[in-house]
Amino acid sequence: MKKSIPIISLVLLTILSLFIGVQSIPIQDIFQLNETQSLVLWTTRVPRTISLVIAGATISVSGLIMQHLTQNKFVSPTTAGTMDSARLGMLVAMLFFPSGTILVKSLVAFIFAFLGTVLFIQLIRVLPGKNQLMVPLVGVMFGNIVGAIVTFFAYQYQLIQNMTSWLQGSFSTISKGNYELIYVTVPVLIICYLYAYQFTIVGMGEEFSISVGMNYKIVHLIGLLLISVASSVVLVTIGGLPFLGVIIPNVVSLMLGDHMKDTLWMTAVAGSIFLVIADILSRVIYPPYELPVSLIVGALGSFIFVILLVKGAKK
Amino acid sequence: MKNKQIYFRLVTLILLVLISIGLFMTYQTYGNWQFALTLRGKKLLAFVIVGLLTSFSTISFQTITQSHFLTPSILGFDSLYVLVQTTLFFYFGQTPTHPMMMFGLNVGLMVLFSVVLFGFLLRKETQDLFLLLMIGMVLGTFFRSVSTFLQVLMDPNEYDKLQGKLFASFSNVDVSLLYMVIPIVLGIILLFWIVSPTLDVFHLGTCQAINLGINVQRFRWFILFLISLSVGLSTALIGPITFLGFIVANITYQILPVYKHRYLFVSSALLSILMLVLGQFLVEHIFHMNTTLSVVIEFSGGVYFIWKLLSERGKILQ
Repeated sequence: MKKSIPIISLVLLTILSLFIGVQSIPIQDIFQLNETQSLVLWTTRVPRTISLVIAGATISVSGLIMQHLTQNKFVSPTTAGTMDSARLGMLVAMLFFPSGTILVKSLVAFIFAFLGTVLFIQLIRVLPGKNQLMVPLVGVMFGNIVGAIVTFFAYQYQLIQNMTSWLQGSFSTISKGNYELIYVTVPVLIICYLYAYQFTIVGMGEEFSISVGMNYKIVHLIGLLLISVASSVVLVTIGGLPFLGVIIPNVVSLMLGDHMKDTLWMTAVAGSIFLVIADILSRVIYPPYELPVSLIVGALGSFIFVILLVKGAKK
Repeated sequence: MKNKQIYFRLVTLILLVLISIGLFMTYQTYGNWQFALTLRGKKLLAFVIVGLLTSFSTISFQTITQSHFLTPSILGFDSLYVLVQTTLFFYFGQTPTHPMMMFGLNVGLMVLFSVVLFGFLLRKETQDLFLLLMIGMVLGTFFRSVSTFLQVLMDPNEYDKLQGKLFASFSNVDVSLLYMVIPIVLGIILLFWIVSPTLDVFHLGTCQAINLGINVQRFRWFILFLISLSVGLSTALIGPITFLGFIVANITYQILPVYKHRYLFVSSALLSILMLVLGQFLVEHIFHMNTTLSVVIEFSGGVYFIWKLLSERGKILQ
């Protein structure tokens, strides 16, 4: 019973998301659409909703795995330099392959995201592990540095506004033919689910993992690869979604505990629900225009994150 | 470290600063002394003010957070500045013609923000410093997403004008503002100077400081307030500079391994003036104005940050 509620609400929200927008598509006409309506439905509405569901799930799960790998509750693709590194990759792609396809851009972004994340994970091993919050803070500093490098070159080539708009999380430009890349993350999510047990053990620390006979280094590396693929694909197709990777896993683990086999699918569903709601809000607040979804996610996310922090501190 | 060594290093720094100032002021003036000196003198004054504020606030911030990797920018001030600038630009086109008002508004908002933030946490049972930093960071990210939204909506030509405001710049500082803030800056510096013995005790750790009879909570808030005021002033004057403080603070720890804040303050202030003057010199004569000073500083600071993290492997920083 408990499991069915989130899934049913996700399905309902998804249906709702399909029928909201400037071009009205009344739900009772679903079997007798005219030309315009069916065009809108199939070229923008359906792709948009699909990518919302997938992106929400992907970013939340990436955050969850990252938190296990670093044994820190507050790490996510935004607070560990993953996103900023992917941004650097985007810039490199823009400068060197200006006519490159979206696939080339994502590939370059992925390589940079992976290297940046690996670098950061290596760096934080040095930090004194006294305070849980030290790691994300240094992560943000690290992200700022990478961001400064991006700014340095983007400034030289007059690309700043271009980059800014490129990487602002928004689903308004999603339409048939330019979003299919996001399907790459579906197998990634499945692999994450298969490795859930291993990631849980890795989350208990290196010594523990080795003592129960697991190859810690390999699993760690697989986790990083999966996260980097997922984050860079979402960044390239949609843009940055601040804090999504922190709040969803934390809220879910408050309810269901820390065993990934139980929490992973719930994290994915919750992430999708959150993003679909944020996107519906972004479309209905100021019609006929829409706000970028990253603004809504940033506002809601910051709010929930601060509450989580204060609550966690009280304990 | 012996006093003799400390003084020797400080004197060397002073000499270096003087030499670089001489170079900066007199290089390629083409006989146009009067003009060049007023123009460069203005920049120099801005360098000195910003250098003092940045170095004092960063060193004290790193002492109370007991970490050499953090700078006050983590509290989200830079993002707040960008947001204020972007919003004004978005609604009024060109920024209003009253620089005084703008400046006051900027500083006022930043100080208000920090007072609300610290005040909110002061009332809580838990007074965790890192929690405060984290919340500042979260809010900073939120500010940034609002700014991004407004920036994307702008006309590219408008955005180009705004960009000039968002990057730190020493060349278009308002001189009347500079003269106005001098007394305030001196006041802040004096306060830092007065409390530096208490800061020295913080090097021993929070528990020891409490044992030695310091009201740690209250002192922390006081210092944080001073820091916000410094960062607010310097950001409102020239724009956001994130890594300048980080660079000079860490170089200071390397060349002066002492715990006394007065030495640290003096040395880091000298270093930041040196860096700014030489950096500006590089930008003007080597890069031929192709880039801005702030970008050069951020870039080199970033590289230094990563290098430092790597070189500290295994050594626990305290």
